Amino acid sequence: MISKDEVKRIAKLARLELTDIEITKMQKDLSAILDYFNWLKKAPKIKTGGERVFAENSALRRDEAIPQRREVVEKIIASVPDKKDDYIKVKTIL
Amino acid sequence: MNFTELTIKQTHEGLKNKKFSSKELTLAYLQKIKKSDLNAFLIITEGLALAEADEADKKIATGNFSELTGVPCAIKDAILVEGEKCTAGSKILENYVAPYDATVIKKLKEKGAVILGKTNTDEFTMGASTENSAFGVTKNPHDKTRVAGGSSGGSAAAVAADEAVYSLGSDTGGSIRQPASFCGVVGLCPTYGAVSRYGLIAHASSFDQIGPFGKNIDDVKTVFNAIYGKDKMDATSANLEFRISNLELKGCRIGVPKEYFMKGIDKDVEKIIKNAVKKAEDGGAEIIEISLPSSEYALACYYILGPSEISANLARFDGIKYGLSEPAENLLDVYLKSRGRGLGAEPKRRIMIGTYCLSSGYYDAYYKKAQEVRELIKQDFKKAFEKVDLLFCPVSPFPAFKIGEKADDPISMYLADIYTVAVKLSGLPGLSLPAGKIGNPSAGSGHDGLPVGLQIIGNYFKENKILAIASQLEKML
Repeated sequence: MISKDEVKRIAKLARLELTDIEITKMQKDLSAILDYFNWLKKAPKIKTGGERVFAENSALRRDEAIPQRREVVEKIIASVPDKKDDYIKVKTIL
Repeated sequence: MNFTELTIKQTHEGLKNKKFSSKELTLAYLQKIKKSDLNAFLIITEGLALAEADEADKKIATGNFSELTGVPCAIKDAILVEGEKCTAGSKILENYVAPYDATVIKKLKEKGAVILGKTNTDEFTMGASTENSAFGVTKNPHDKTRVAGGSSGGSAAAVAADEAVYSLGSDTGGSIRQPASFCGVVGLCPTYGAVSRYGLIAHASSFDQIGPFGKNIDDVKTVFNAIYGKDKMDATSANLEFRISNLELKGCRIGVPKEYFMKGIDKDVEKIIKNAVKKAEDGGAEIIEISLPSSEYALACYYILGPSEISANLARFDGIKYGLSEPAENLLDVYLKSRGRGLGAEPKRRIMIGTYCLSSGYYDAYYKKAQEVRELIKQDFKKAFEKVDLLFCPVSPFPAFKIGEKADDPISMYLADIYTVAVKLSGLPGLSLPAGKIGNPSAGSGHDGLPVGLQIIGNYFKENKILAIASQLEKML
């Protein structure tokens, strides 16, 4: 069973506000689910490392901006909850 | 004949022979959807549908039009349709309007499709019943006290109840095949990379795939042919041409994985699937018992890797860029409150699992181990496809369950995915073909028989082999 404090720590890392009721339920659910995951310990070891799996799965494109139609850009900016002109307004960090 | 009960081909013929116009057809479907109590649709895109129907009728009048022109369809509400709401079944996106079309929508619109509306889904496509939708459950058209399956339950129910000719869904762990099985329609989850994911709201990006629901194999094939292909907006999409497969039941090697018929399977489901295997054998197929020894780890593996990707993908819902934003004093509180209030129980649970599995000290035991097991599962299938053309197995261990039956127990809900996740861990294509029904309609069982789907799994990009055999088998079942 994972502790309530552990649930709170993970929730903070995940940027989720949980109510007391949610924390209690999450503690129960997460504990059961993590117990279920222990089943994987029985799986045979693989000769090649997990890293190779990542390399195979990656289909990365160049890290460069792809131009969008102005119309789409405007719609995307319009859906921002808080903005000034074309800038997104963000609350103070500290 | 009621023209809202037709297949794509029949509808196309009707439009061609001027038996009805696309507008008449569209109005009839819209009326049906509005009267329905299934909750298959979250949003009716009436304005768009009628405009598209008018356009289609003009095209039809020229005589030069495609098989999908003027044919009304439904789209899972996790796929963006420009100018229409897209909620993904979540309160956090309740008022979100899609700024562009998903690639699949662009392709369907080019073919002259008529989009009737957006269908219900478990929140962010996470679930097996649509009970995780923030906007209520979709009822199963065969028995309204039961679920339609999920997460693409709305898309499956819409086709089963003749509220659309065909529909699109998405499959991350079983979300097309399982509701297709529960609702008695055909559902195809293509190979990972066959169909562009651009404009599909991300769940787990190394699994997500869009695919069609239809009334028969022919319809699903038509829609699949319209949506697959390389897309520069999705780096994982593949550049392929699907040629017609001449594979016939006679001489086809069909593998039956023994691990899929062990504990936990409903006796009636087992009977129906075994009968379908027998029919294939009678048709001349060679049935080969095979083993997928790592199957027993698939579910745990999936529920580590899926949530790990979810915890990263759903970080974008931050109350800053779009969607629900809760007022707060500082940035951290904007994140905490917007996500805390906007997200439902299941996405929260999976974000928590994923964050835990990826956190310092636990990464090797969970995420890395699961990636290794994923490789073992892939190797199992690779070996199997050296011996066989296709695999036959159940889609789900049980038929549609009662609404509420599993809603409070996440693990029992996760178990609904037991026969569908391994395919996704490998990135293989799978199809659900209606294979029979459970229950005697005349015996006062309260339903007209609960459908059961046969899962047909193919090797990578062998959708046409699946469709060729399924098309022959559907006439025999």
